[in-house]
Amino acid sequence: MERKTKISAEENRHDLVITREFDLPVELLFKAHEDAEIFEEWMSHDYGKVKVLKYETRKHGGWEFQNSDAQGNVVFRANGVFHDFILNQKITRTFEMPDSGFDVQLDFLEFTKLTTDTSKLTMLTVYRSIELRNAMLKLPFAQGLNMAHNRLQDVLNKLK
Amino acid sequence: MDLRRDVFQAIADPTRRAILTLVALQAMTPSAIAENFDSSRQTISKHIQILTECELLEQEQNGREIYYHFNAKKMKEIADFIEPFRKLWDDRFNKLESIMKKYKPKK
Repeated sequence: MERKTKISAEENRHDLVITREFDLPVELLFKAHEDAEIFEEWMSHDYGKVKVLKYETRKHGGWEFQNSDAQGNVVFRANGVFHDFILNQKITRTFEMPDSGFDVQLDFLEFTKLTTDTSKLTMLTVYRSIELRNAMLKLPFAQGLNMAHNRLQDVLNKLK
Repeated sequence: MDLRRDVFQAIADPTRRAILTLVALQAMTPSAIAENFDSSRQTISKHIQILTECELLEQEQNGREIYYHFNAKKMKEIADFIEPFRKLWDDRFNKLESIMKKYKPKK
């Protein structure tokens, strides 16, 4: 069964909702967000490797990771604070990329048990403005990849 | 493609969305479009101009009249523009799922 990720980004709003059903018990879905090593693994992709620098998974704990390109150059850093960290239920966190021109965003992650072996993640993200949200939506396409390093251009060209 | 206006901005306005809905049903002249609204013709013209600039509407000369068509292809681009972002998260979540399916808790 195909479990597609859905995005709801209504016009004229400064938030968006990402939903996804998983063929996993809710405990394992949460574990992937709780364990820094596992988080690093699934957040990384061919053109960017995520390294967690700080991951204090508790209320008021801080987190930080950096994203490096294939050559090992740090492309961007992201950090924030966990405002809520409730096992198998909820993570509320802030997210920002310093010096990126984007302001802080607020993420509400809700973990729902569907059956013993299936679960659902609902992620509501609130941006400071409609313009910032729309710019962020375009990010993986262009800005995000060449934000810091022009050398990523060749990767972008391959994606075209 | 260098558009003077952002497509998202164009469809953010309720009047402009209403115009798109009308024109999607049939090609219309500016005055026929304006008849559907309480706003002044000048205001509606401005909205039509914005929609035309970002290619959501297309003009066609028919005798002395100009008709506006809805450009459905452009509407699809709006959906496409979210697609890379959706794909990014879909790839991550697919990966998460396959990693966790193999996961063995450490005792």
